[in-house]
Formats: sequence, C-alpha cells, structure tokens
Amino acid sequence: VTVSAPVRALAAAVVLLVGACTGDEGASRSGRGGEPVTITLLTHDSFDVGRRVVRGFERETGIDLRIVPAGDAGQLVNRAILTAGNPEGDVLFGVDDNLFPKAVEAGVFEPYSPRALERVDDAYELDATHSVSPIDRGDVCLNVDLRWFAQRGLAPPGDIADLADGAYRGLAVVENPATSTPGLAFLLATIARFGEPAWREYWRDLRANDVLVVDGWEQAYFGEFSGAGGGDGDRPIVVSYATSPVAEVVFAEEPLDEAPTAAVTGSCYRQVEFAGVLAGTEHPDEARAVVDFLLSEPFQEDVPLRMFVYPVLDDAALPDEFVRWAAVPESPLALPPARVATEREGWVGAWTDLMFG
Amino acid sequence: MRGRAGRVLLAAVPAVFLGLFFLYPLASILGSVIGDVSPGTVLGDARLRGVIWFTTWQAVVSTALTLAAGLPAAYLVARFLFPGRSVLRVATLVAFVLPTVVVGAAFAGSRPSLAALFAAHVFFNLAVVVRVVGGFWSQLDPAYEDVAAEMGATGVRRFTDVLLPLARPSIVGAATLVFLFTFTSFGVALLLAGPARATIEVEIFRQTSQLLNLPVAAALTLVQLAIVSALLWLTSVTESRSGVRQAVVASGDAARRARTKGERVFVAVAIPLLAIAMLAPPLRLVWRSLRTPTGLTLDRYLGLGSAREGSALPISALGAVATSLRVAFGAAVIAMVVGVIAAWVVARSRRGSWLRGLSAVPLGVSAVTVGFGYVVAFDSGALDLRGSLGLLVAAQAVVAVPFVVRMVEPVLASAGHDLAEQAAALGASPWQTARDVVLPVASRAILGAAAFAFAVALGEFGASAFVARLDSPTMPIAIVRLLSQPGAASIGRATAMSVVLMVVTAAVTVAIDRFRVGPFGRV
Repeated sequence: VTVSAPVRALAAAVVLLVGACTGDEGASRSGRGGEPVTITLLTHDSFDVGRRVVRGFERETGIDLRIVPAGDAGQLVNRAILTAGNPEGDVLFGVDDNLFPKAVEAGVFEPYSPRALERVDDAYELDATHSVSPIDRGDVCLNVDLRWFAQRGLAPPGDIADLADGAYRGLAVVENPATSTPGLAFLLATIARFGEPAWREYWRDLRANDVLVVDGWEQAYFGEFSGAGGGDGDRPIVVSYATSPVAEVVFAEEPLDEAPTAAVTGSCYRQVEFAGVLAGTEHPDEARAVVDFLLSEPFQEDVPLRMFVYPVLDDAALPDEFVRWAAVPESPLALPPARVATEREGWVGAWTDLMFG
Repeated sequence: MRGRAGRVLLAAVPAVFLGLFFLYPLASILGSVIGDVSPGTVLGDARLRGVIWFTTWQAVVSTALTLAAGLPAAYLVARFLFPGRSVLRVATLVAFVLPTVVVGAAFAGSRPSLAALFAAHVFFNLAVVVRVVGGFWSQLDPAYEDVAAEMGATGVRRFTDVLLPLARPSIVGAATLVFLFTFTSFGVALLLAGPARATIEVEIFRQTSQLLNLPVAAALTLVQLAIVSALLWLTSVTESRSGVRQAVVASGDAARRARTKGERVFVAVAIPLLAIAMLAPPLRLVWRSLRTPTGLTLDRYLGLGSAREGSALPISALGAVATSLRVAFGAAVIAMVVGVIAAWVVARSRRGSWLRGLSAVPLGVSAVTVGFGYVVAFDSGALDLRGSLGLLVAAQAVVAVPFVVRMVEPVLASAGHDLAEQAAALGASPWQTARDVVLPVASRAILGAAAFAFAVALGEFGASAFVARLDSPTMPIAIVRLLSQPGAASIGRATAMSVVLMVVTAAVTVAIDRFRVGPFGRV
C-alpha cells in the first residue's frame, strides 16, 4: 500500500463532496453562438403566471425566461440587498412600496423607465429614482363574512373606525404588523386614516374591543375568519385583500354564484408591487425586455387570476370575475414610501407596546 | 508517525466540510453586517431583552414538562412488553422528525397560547427522553431491579431509588438536548407562542423578513450562539468528569411484561395516554386533508400529481417528492461520511473534543441566518454555487451531521474500543482494525444514523428555503409555496402534501427503528 488508508478515505470523501456540489445542471447564461439568453426572474412564493403567456414572450424575443421563487417578499428583498452588484438573477419582481426604498438605497437596481409607464397612472410611480417600475396593485382591506352578518341582521362595518364600536366587539381578527405584510398595511392604513397620535388611541380602543391579533395571513384568514371556504374560524371580520372575495368564488371547492364575502372599500390601503433590473446583470438589454414584458398586455391581463391583484396598465382588460365580484377602492389610503421606510420600525414597536404591553 | 498524520488528515474531513459549509457562511453573513452592530444593539433594548428572557424561561418550562411526561413514557416503552409497543416507539420518533410545517398544520386552528406552545414542544421532544433515557433503561440489567425487589422495595421505590439515579447522566443529557431544541424553537414558536411573544429565532425571522434589519438579526444570532455554545461546553465538561461508564448493559432487551399490580395499573394508564398524545395530532392532520365542506374526499391527493392549470410555475407533488428524496439521500450520504469520521476522531483521540463541539454547534444556530450566509458566501469565483442542487445537499447535510456524530460516537467509543485494542495488539493496521473490527460492530448504529440523517434532511426547511429555490422545490418548500397561493384549494393541497411528507418520514423512521439505535446517542 503506497497511499495511506485515511488519505484514500479523505480523497473519496472529497470526490463525493465535489461531485455533490457540481453534479447538477446549473443555469447556463451564455448568450454566444446564437444560443438563447436565459434571464432569471427572482420573485416571491406567491408569484404565478400562465405558461402560455411566458411561451409567447420567449418566442417573440428568443429569451429563455427562468422564474425562481425565493421565499417571501422580505426574504427576497433581503437576499437582493445582500447580493447587490453581484445578483442571483437579472430581474426582480415582487418588491412592494414598503420595501423598495431600502433596496434602492442599497443599489440593488439599475435605473430603467419602460415606455409602457406612459400608460400607467402616475399615482403608482412611487420611485423617484426610476429604479423600479410598478407592475400590479392589490389593496389590503377589511373583509366581512356576508352570511354571518345577514343571519344576525347586523350591518357589516363600513369603515375602519367602526371596528372600535361595541357592536363589533370580539368580531375582528387582524395580523401582526411585525410578521405579516397585510398586517403592516392595515397598521399603515390606520396611521393614514387617523394620523399621529390618534392612531394610537384607535388601537387602544381596538384592544379594549377584543380584536384578535395573529401572526400570519393564513392563520387569520383560514384559521379565524368565518367566511373562508375550507377554513374553520368564527370571526366574521378579517384583514385581507380587496380581491379575496373573488378568490373565494374562483377557488371554491364547490361552484358558487355569489361571493360569500365582501371587502370594505373604505378601509383599503394601497399596495403596489414593483419590478426592476438587478444591477450587475450580464444581460441588461434582455433584462429590460423582461420588465417590458411584465408591463405588456398579455402579462397584465393574466395577472389578476394568477395572483389576485390588479394590473397597473390603464387599458389592460379585467377578467369577468373581477368585474363581477371585486370591490375597487376609489382612493385607497396610502402613505409616502419614504416616510414608511424611516418610521416603520418605530410604528411597529409602538404598536407592539400598545397591543401587548 | 503515519498513524498520527492519518488521524490529522481524517480530522480534516469534518473540519473542512463544517468549516466550508457552516462556519464560512456564518462568518460571511455576520461579517457583512457586523459593522452596524454595536454591543448595545440587543442588550440595550428592553424589548429584545424580553425576547431573550422569554426564550429562556419557556425553554426551561418546556424541558421540565417534557421530562415529566417523557420519563414515565420512557419507563413504559423501555421496561415493559405490551401490544403496540413498537407503534408507540415509532410514533414518538416520527413526531421528532416531523417538519415544523407539518406540525404547524396539525396544530393549526388551535389558538396561540402558552399551553399550545408547551404541548407542541412536549409532543416534538418526547422522543428525545424516550430514546435517550429509555435507551439506557432498556439495556439496564434487570438484576438491579430484582435485587431491590428482593430487599422489599415497592415499584415506585424501585423507580425513584434505582432507575432514576442510575439514569442520571442520560437524564441530564436528554434535558440538555430538549432545552437546546426548545431554546432554538422556530416554526412551532412562530405559530403557537402568539404574536405577543417571540423566541430569539422568531425575532431573527421578524427582523430579517419584515423589517430588513439584518444588523439586529446578526446581533441576536451572536447572543444565541453564545448561550448555546456555553451550554454545550458546560455539558461536555460535566460529561468528561462523570466519564466512568457502568457495565450495566444486559445482552438484548430488558423489557418484560408487567407483573405486580402496581405495574399493571401503571401500564394500563400510561399506554392510552401516550397513544393519544402521539397519535392524535398526525391523525388530525390526515382528517383535515380529507375533510371538505361537502364531505370526505381524496380529491386533494388526486390533485397532487398535476400542477395548477396553465401555470408556468408548476408545483407538482410528485416532482417535489422526487427532489426531496434525491437531495435528502445525498445529504444523508455526506452527513454519514462526515459524521462517522468526526465521531471516529472524537472517540479515538483525547484532543478530538473540539470536533465534538464544532459538530454540535449547527444545532444551535438559526437556520435563517445560515441560509442568508449561503447567499452571501457562495456567490463568486470558484465558490459561485448559487442555484446549485449540491449546495442544497450540503446545507441539509450540515443540519444532519450533529445527529450522526451523537449517534455513532458512543458506539465507536465503547463497543469498539476493547476489540480495537486487541486487534492492534495482534498486529492489525489501523485501517484493518477499522474495516474488519470496529465498523462491523458499529454498522447498525451507522446505518441507523444515516436513516435518521435522511429523515432530518427530508424535513429541513429553514436553510433549504434560502439555499436554492429550484424550479423543482423540495416537499417542505412546496408546502410553503402552496400555502402562499390564493384559494382554499391550495390550502387543501398543502395539507395533503403535508400528509405525504409525514408518511414518507414515518416510513424512514420505521426503518430507523429496525436498526434499534438511539438517535441521540449518549449525550
């Protein structure tokens, strides 16, 4: 024996490790020799898009679109911040108005203004640096279980302020803004609605009115809300989305003629999702083409029934289900993203003290 | 000389693996934000101090409750023969390796409360006590008890005066592990502690995911790492002090039928209690996966094979099962190789205890932090492994290595020791000794450890979620993605998928039980 046994064992182990580390297909991003360029779109777990829409884009441009869900929106943006300048992909979709200022400041994005922005309401173009472009909007609103209220002859709440009313004592469930995106949106809604420092008084009243706080949307909607199909809750008011009633109809395990729930339009807080070209991409032109694609009619018209949000493009046609069952808030509550970025932590901390202190 | 060089090279395998795939990413993430962390970041903040305090006391209470429930359960399973004994053994182990997303689904619907948190912690960790303490008792020579009985000790006295004192080292070991697991509790704590309370792990998640505040998350990671390291160091010191091993091992199983009246009463009460505690949550999950507003149906399972209609991002359950099995298999092989070598070094060398410490530390570090570390660490040059399936394999192996070391090390240390010395005295080379003497003796423990590593890797979520979000997700990732999709049907499919993951995990666990090794070894 010329090589000692432990050395051979070590060598075998190294081979095993190296094999394990390199033995996969990987993503080829070479664009030379007429091979199609692969563009990686980083996004969050809730992202969805129709296969046909993607195929159409790929045929038209010769770009291979690879979609990689990378956790929830917060994790997605944090990853992008940590890898700013040396990104894991070429385009990022799914940063919302509360998260983008920090990402833009960290140099995650390369400025780009798609032509299609001409056909987007200026109200959604929240980034002055033009690093990210608005793609969709979905409002966070109170949802009510219509049957529950009908059975008891009680009128559902029509406004955020109503929740503090004794008539709705013990009926509402909301999400923790420290752990949940809709929870944060609803806290911001109350701040936008009542202002400083009245929002604090409002939450004190809610606490006294036995509002239930849970950590996540699934837990609130499917665990506590009485109107969710397949859920088993007993509270008829929940913080959810303007489009949740549509989802109740579309995804009902049994076909429904009427939406069993409704969004309270006066309670809605604006949420806009953005996309941007990641700084450091090797294929900036193709990456911009993907952002253009996200703002094109095929994608914009596919988005509602995929992710249950509204397109931002003025002339994108809405599916029938949205026309019939979705409540469109006229002027949702909103706060400037820059203000949210600087004050959010303090607000959430103050809220935590108010509700659990 | 050659033997010594060989030992150093051998020790290099686990050291390099854990260094590259655990310490390096951890240092990368901490280093990237450490400039923004001041010592007062955590300790100067009353709320964060509260988080540390809550984390500590809930872990103490959870550990006490788990011992209170676990010692009778261990006594039952270890010392008595009864119908359904192996079912209960497997059920406790299944509970331990069940992914938190599955346990979350099983407990979902129950209001967050301290009681729910403690119940889930006991459910999860009962296996630790049953395996560690029960494992000791099941090998304890019945002569100890028989002598006590002849001297007139009652059943209760035999338990308190004979069995408990003899098992003290393993009870301390089990308590240490339970404390470690509940101290670092994440998924269960997030779901059940309620929004008003957070463990350190949950707070790390909140700071990273919602507030994008990585410096505070890094500071919390350091605090947790310090506490966990201190605990591990303390136990390893006390362990080496009480290092005398008793020759109490009986050949085979020390269990027998209940004989006295007191024993029969105990068995009659304990069996149904343990059965309900261990079987109710999984059965509840199965029930939820079948129940729809219109009655019981298998539709969710039948729908698992197909993706959502027309979606460019199919979540195929069968694909997820295949990916999970493939990745977990690779992780188990690596964890076995690395873990067995580490256990070998630790067992053979007085200077190997640093390796024991190193291989235990992944138990106490936030998976979220390690995951972010992978994102930062493996991003350039030769180490640009992002999106690689191999990186996912490595991440899951890191999580599984501590268990392999703990399971294999005691066997290598005790069973193989005398034989190895005899073999060496007869002129066998170290390699021959290892191949022909020690490894065959330890083979059952090694196979059991590999199967356990496989089960742990199957359920791994925290680190996997960050390392590679491939077009084909693993089962836990697919479950979370289904939960993120709108609609009750998606939730239903997520529940069904959880049942599939539970069944696969249980099947692996049954295989572990066949090897009859304690997954926690001697602690």
